[in-house]
Amino acid sequence: MWTLWTLIVTELMRTLRELEEGIAHYLPRVIEMLVIAILGWLIAYLVKAAVRSILRWSRFSKLSAHTGATQLLNQADLPSTTELLSRFAFWLAWVGFVLLGVSVLGIVGLQEYTARFFLFLPRLFGALLILFFGLLAASFFSRAALLAAVNAEFRPSRLLSVSIRIFISMFTLSMAFEVLGIAERTVMIAFGTAFGAVMFGLAIAFGLGGQDLAREFLEKRLAQRAQRSREDELSPL
Amino acid sequence: MADETLLNDDFLRQLMNVGEVDILIGLPTYNNAATIEPVVRAIQAGILKCFPRERVVIIDADGGSQDGTPDLVTGVSIDDVRASRVYALRTLPVIATRYGAGQDSGTALRTILSAADLLRARACVVLSPESSTIEPDWLQRLVLPIYKEDFDLVSPIYRRQKFAGVLMRNLLYPMTRAIYGRGIREPYASEFAISSRLATDFLSNEKWGDQAGRNGAEILLTVTAITSKYRLCQAFLGDKPPQDRSAADLVEAMRRTVGALFSSLDSNFQFWSSIANSEPIKTLGSESEVTLDPVAVDFARMREMFVTGVAELEPVLRPIISEATLLELQRIAALDLSAFRYPADTWARTVYEFAASYHKAVISQDHIVQALVPLYRGRALTFMMENQSTSAEDVEKNVESLCGEFERSKPYLLERWADRK
Repeated sequence: MWTLWTLIVTELMRTLRELEEGIAHYLPRVIEMLVIAILGWLIAYLVKAAVRSILRWSRFSKLSAHTGATQLLNQADLPSTTELLSRFAFWLAWVGFVLLGVSVLGIVGLQEYTARFFLFLPRLFGALLILFFGLLAASFFSRAALLAAVNAEFRPSRLLSVSIRIFISMFTLSMAFEVLGIAERTVMIAFGTAFGAVMFGLAIAFGLGGQDLAREFLEKRLAQRAQRSREDELSPL
Repeated sequence: MADETLLNDDFLRQLMNVGEVDILIGLPTYNNAATIEPVVRAIQAGILKCFPRERVVIIDADGGSQDGTPDLVTGVSIDDVRASRVYALRTLPVIATRYGAGQDSGTALRTILSAADLLRARACVVLSPESSTIEPDWLQRLVLPIYKEDFDLVSPIYRRQKFAGVLMRNLLYPMTRAIYGRGIREPYASEFAISSRLATDFLSNEKWGDQAGRNGAEILLTVTAITSKYRLCQAFLGDKPPQDRSAADLVEAMRRTVGALFSSLDSNFQFWSSIANSEPIKTLGSESEVTLDPVAVDFARMREMFVTGVAELEPVLRPIISEATLLELQRIAALDLSAFRYPADTWARTVYEFAASYHKAVISQDHIVQALVPLYRGRALTFMMENQSTSAEDVEKNVESLCGEFERSKPYLLERWADRK
């Protein structure tokens, strides 16, 4: 009985020692992780402040208003693009530091995820950049088309403008998804099909369905435009 | 200082063969075969009649005409003019040079001014190759104030049909006068003369490379002359030649003139922000002449273009103009043709809001100018309806009243300019 009791105590002591060793082994790493996370939070906060200042200095809000992003965010009751981007920078930096801290723990599975996260970052930035400039291009070209159409007395000016905006936005989205590697083939096929269908539909509608109207419309526009312009437009200068 | 990189070797060689001159006459041409010969003949006749002793050269700065315009310029024989028994005491060289492939009024003017600077011309005259109404006396009226009275810029005044030049009368003249404080009737002149001092100063202008410098150099020249305190005067020339214009040309004309005028406000803010009133400038000959010849104008179509513009361009106009102005435009757009009226005060406020938005670049600056086109049509319609059966004097009174409105509204521009929204 005494021997059994001694054996149990010995085993308990050994387990306790192992636990102590484990704690002694991991505690500095956990502290290290916490220090990295806290330091990361501070750095992320500074990054956020720096990004916000740079964006304000470069009048980024004006640029985002040009793209139509500001209106979209307002409608969704979200903060301004400057605020949103600076918060994004904060979270990105902090999550990066937290993952760096976690990797210090030496947990094999987590290390792999951390590596994947850092490898994904350039693609995420690339996609965001494409999205931003795509929206900018969509806004610019749709507005340019609207102005040109109105000044040239082209009736469906708003339709033309909206179509251009949708087309460029779709193209941008498909590019962004391709860069992110999300459903690449599906997005490409969906885009190709939608674009082809729209063009084919328009061609059929204009060339077959409304051929008389199309002929009449073109004849009227091309034949009368020169004459009407000369009649109405006196030299403005 | 002459920009010699702009002048090709062959052109430079021809200029050096000519040597120093007293008067340089520049023709910025591009596919003007239909009108150029009478213009060159009138210039030659003007030289023989008024400046037979002076050393004169004609420079054709061509944008790459496909219709043989440069050959026509250099091919016009002075013998046709000499048939009038007046002889020049000197030869009259005519040089044609090609500055590029495509029309570019800024580069054409720069080429002419560079040549004038290089040849040390006392006076440089620029004439439009489309001036079908040009008379030999025009040269004398443009050059003499520089030659005899030491003026630096001689701007033209024309006799026009009362519905022609509406953009000039409803925007360019009133706004230039209100902003820069000088009552110059043709801030965008196609015929003018400048002194060597002003030519050299203007050549060193840094804005040649930007959009306004390329397309609206004529306006910038006027603005430079005013802001640099050069001596300005105006000379009555005669009939402004009628020109066929299409709707697309109006957009281009707005870019060249209104765009350049708006663009000039940025760099000259210190100058214009302190000016409260305008001063008249010396005018040689008639102050203005308006003819009442009947012209067919489709008022209904002009109203339709304004109404469509206000409705369709609402999302574009919203960041450019204030809510109050937009509502006022929508109210005007709802009026019938018989009651249609775009009042002078609303027009002045609209233009100033556009100018302030152009300065802040709330959207693309070119888009801002394009968005003004349908609104201008509404104002042009009002101007034509108001002056449909009025006399020439009343037309002039109405223009004067609009100028007053622009001057009174100037504090509003300053307010919008400073507004950071």
